[in-house]
Parts: sequence; C-alpha cells; structure tokens
Amino acid sequence: MTDPQTPVLETRNICKSFDALKASQDISLDLRAGEIHALIGPNGAGKSTLIAQIAGGLKPDSGTVHLNGRDVTALPTAKRAQLGLGRTFQVSALAMEDTVLQNAVLGALGAQGRPFRLFRSALADARLREVAEQALERVGLQDHARTRTSELSHGQRRQLEVAVALTLDPKAFVMDEPMAGLGASGSKALTGFLDSLREQAPILMVEHDMDAVFALADRISVLVYGQIIATGSVADIRANPEVRSAYLGEDA
Amino acid sequence: MTRETLINSALALALLLVPLWAYSADEPFIITLATKVAILALAGVGLNIALGLGGLVSLGHAAFFGIGGYAMGILASHAQSYTAITDWPLLIEGTKSMPVIWLVAVVASGITALLIGALSLRTSGVYFIMITLAFGQMLYYFAISWAAYGGEDGLSIYVRNGFPGLNTLDPIQFFAITFVLLLAALLFAARLANSPFGLALNAARQSPQRVETIGLSPYRLRLVAFVISGMITGLAGALFADLNRFVSPTMFSWQTSGEIMVFIILGGTARLFGPVAGAALFIILEHILGGLSEFWHIYLGVLLLLVVLFAKGGVIGTLAGQDKAHD
Repeated sequence: MTDPQTPVLETRNICKSFDALKASQDISLDLRAGEIHALIGPNGAGKSTLIAQIAGGLKPDSGTVHLNGRDVTALPTAKRAQLGLGRTFQVSALAMEDTVLQNAVLGALGAQGRPFRLFRSALADARLREVAEQALERVGLQDHARTRTSELSHGQRRQLEVAVALTLDPKAFVMDEPMAGLGASGSKALTGFLDSLREQAPILMVEHDMDAVFALADRISVLVYGQIIATGSVADIRANPEVRSAYLGEDA
Repeated sequence: MTRETLINSALALALLLVPLWAYSADEPFIITLATKVAILALAGVGLNIALGLGGLVSLGHAAFFGIGGYAMGILASHAQSYTAITDWPLLIEGTKSMPVIWLVAVVASGITALLIGALSLRTSGVYFIMITLAFGQMLYYFAISWAAYGGEDGLSIYVRNGFPGLNTLDPIQFFAITFVLLLAALLFAARLANSPFGLALNAARQSPQRVETIGLSPYRLRLVAFVISGMITGLAGALFADLNRFVSPTMFSWQTSGEIMVFIILGGTARLFGPVAGAALFIILEHILGGLSEFWHIYLGVLLLLVVLFAKGGVIGTLAGQDKAHD
C-alpha cells in the first residue's frame, strides 16, 4: 500500500511561536514502521507543543504534518484519530465516572465511526464489545472491566489509555510521558509491553524516564529550546557531547 | 433490581395512583396538580439530556418550552377563529388536534434548538449559560411584542384540544395522555443513556479530549443532544399550554428556564427520575407553602441551598445512594 520508505508519521519544518517564545523552530522529525522513536529534552523545551501540533490540538505557524504520506496539517484532532493516530496523555484523559469496559467500548465506537445510534445498548453490541475486550486483554485489564475508572491505580489508568488507543487499531502511536508517575515495577512492566507494541504500530514517545528510553528507543531525538539538536541511535545520543551538556549531564 | 430502579418504580406508581385516588374521591384539582407534575417533569427530562448527560448548563430551555406553547396557541387560536394562518404560498390552517400540535411543537423546537445550539455550543462554561439565557430572552421579548398573538397578554384557548378517541376535557383522561408521554420520554432517555450516543456524549462531558482522541467530535455530539433535549421540552410546552388553555410570554421567561433547572437539581442531576422527583416536590411545596405565604419561594430557596450544599444527588441521590457504574 504505502511505500516502506515513507515514514508513518512525519513533521516537515514545523515552526510555532507564542509571541516572542519560539516553541518549535524548524522541526523535522519522522517515525518509521516498526520503531520506537523517543523525544527527550529538558522541561520547557517545547515537547508538549510539538506533540499538540502532531496530534492536532495546535496548528503550526508554518511547516506540515504527514500521516502515512498524507498531509494532515489542516485536519482537526478527531480526523487525525480516524486516519490512525493513537494518542495517550501525560495526565490520563479518561471518562473517570465510567467503567473500564465503557472507556474501551468508547474507543471501539470511535473506530467504528457511527456514534449517532440512540436506542441499542452500547455494551450489548457484540462487535464493539469484542474489540474493547480484546484491547483490555492485551494490556491485562480484563479482570477490571467492571471497575469504575476513578478507582484504578495510576498505572492501571496508563494501561487503559493504551487499551483505548489500541481499539482504534492505529497506524502510529503518540505517547506523552507514558511512564510518568509509575513506580519502578510499573514502569518496568509498561516498558516490556511497549516493547512488544512496536510491531503493531510504531511509537513516538515523549519520556523523561531515561532507563525506559534507553531500553526501548530505536532512535532518540533531543529537543532543546524548540530545536532538535540531535537525532540518532541510543549509542549516538549517549556519545553526543552537545546532548550531554544540554540534557544528560556529564556522567550519564 | 437496584435500589434506584425500585425508587423510580415507586415514584411512577405514586404519580399514577394519586390522580386515580383523586378521581375516585372526586378531587379534580388534585388530578390537575398531578398533570402539572407530569408535564413539568417531561420538560425536565428534556433538559436533563443536555444538562445531566451532556453537561450543558442551558439557562435558555424556556425558549423550547415557549415555542411548544406558542405552537399550540397559534394553531388552536386560528382553529377557534376559523381563520387561516397563511394562504400563500400554500394554505395553512389552524388545528385543534393534539397529535398535529405536538408534531409542530417538536419540529419547531428542534429547528430552534439546532440554530441556538449551533451558535451557543461554540462556547462553554459561563459563556454558554449566558448565551443560552440571551437567546431565551430574545424570544421572550419577541413574544411580548408579537401583537398578532396577544403580545404581553398572551392567548386564551377556550376549549382544550382534542385527541382521537379521548375526551380531553375530562381531567383524568388528559392526565393519562401526559402520563403516557412522560413514561415514553423516560424510556427513551433511559435507552439513550446506555446507547452508543449516550456513552460518547457522557464521555464528552467528562473528558472532551478523550472523545476527540478516538475520532469523534464533541461539538456534534452535544449539538444532537441539545436538539433532542429541546424537542422534548418543546413537547412539554405544548402540553402545558393545553393544561392551562392559555399561552403567554411568561413561558419564555428566564424564570421558567430556572424552574426547569430547579426540578433537576432538586430531584438529582443526571438521574433518570430526577426531574420527576423534582417537579413533584416543587408542585407539592408550591401547593402547601403557597397557601401559607405568597413568598413561598424563600423556602424553596432554602431547600435548594440545602440540596446543593449537602445532598448533591438531589432527592434520588439521597435515597438511592451513589450512581452505580454500568456493567
């Protein structure tokens, strides 16, 4: 279908300023099939701004975003999701009063694209339910299907975010700090899971947990003051003197 | 059967048995009060879809209540004066038939809700409250200045409109109509809440970001909810006008919008039978306290404060406990 050389997700020369602050300066980044591409950088480097432009919450001042070769710069978040962009948030964005299963069914409903059915029960819809239950099983939440989401632990909410993204059968994942707030064991478990996920769809992730980044990433890009100062393999980045002084510190 | 289902059934049964008792005891006034409860509860069921399920705090639902009322008033006044509403481009005559009036009321309020919603739903929070209030007030002043249909004085309809096979002048028969419509609306609202649409709308209230991320537009979900909500409240308006055999701009006033919202808050926001419990409590208080003092709203205000401060789930929430998550 698509040329294997075409990146699944790509930004071309994205620029975004807020008054005098240049949050994104000429950022070109790509995500290729089968890889995990980690985006790291100090606080205030413009990571969240970049993610918002990729996911559709913000429009770049100039430059374009491409998903499977298609220019999606003008499309809103919902359209990009329909085209296969699966996203998870730093602070869990879930329907907290609903059950775990309801959240997963919601994802399946979005993927199905027919939300304006007013009479039949959503949870009785076998197709929606099957997609939802499969996704919950993938992340290991099947036993919590009837639990209210607000009662889940922090780590379980993270798993649910990934499960909802999975129901969309996305072409690419964009994850904003998936490890944030997880304990050592939780972070280790999620690392193992994300490792297996890359074969389904490549992952672009913003992450501060360097152990996870070094364990998972095929490539790393370093963002400092709105600019990508380096992109390369784990070894390249570890050895890069500029990165060491800007971010990692001399003894990393 | 959950505790809430039990309470709901008891409420529905009480609303049916009280007028039946009043009928056998020859107390037509009580039947009229019960009819008023059913109609106001219906208006509340409409608002509850926007407010409870969708989180849309509309302070302009009197617009739809009033449009339903005026749909009845305009159609019936032409029928009773034997004049056509318009004869160009095609002849449209008035009618005294309830089903036709209901249809006109529902369609007219639906179209109005679509227009008001399409503009208002671009805002949120306090701006949404203010803009819906503004639309309601626009219609209120329009009705006041519409001399052809009574202006400030409103319109009187001398004989209640008819329903095939029933004598609507008989209070118990008119009550039966309103009760059945209320039950139908409750059934619809219950199914809606569990439908794919209800799931998505409810999620859009809790986390709009989530809904966008799975590829749905919160705006479109809310607009559809607002239209459905307005249609049901519009139907209630047509029945209310028929109950009183009178329509006036008061139906459009912001106090009316506020009262419909009070039913929901008293009864329990987002609870299926919240509007029923709230409207019943409101009418009972009006009847008992209204007899003691002209200023009975003071006591209503105190009660409302107590509910908001200490019993957030309203009457239903207090009796049934926390809303159970669906399985």
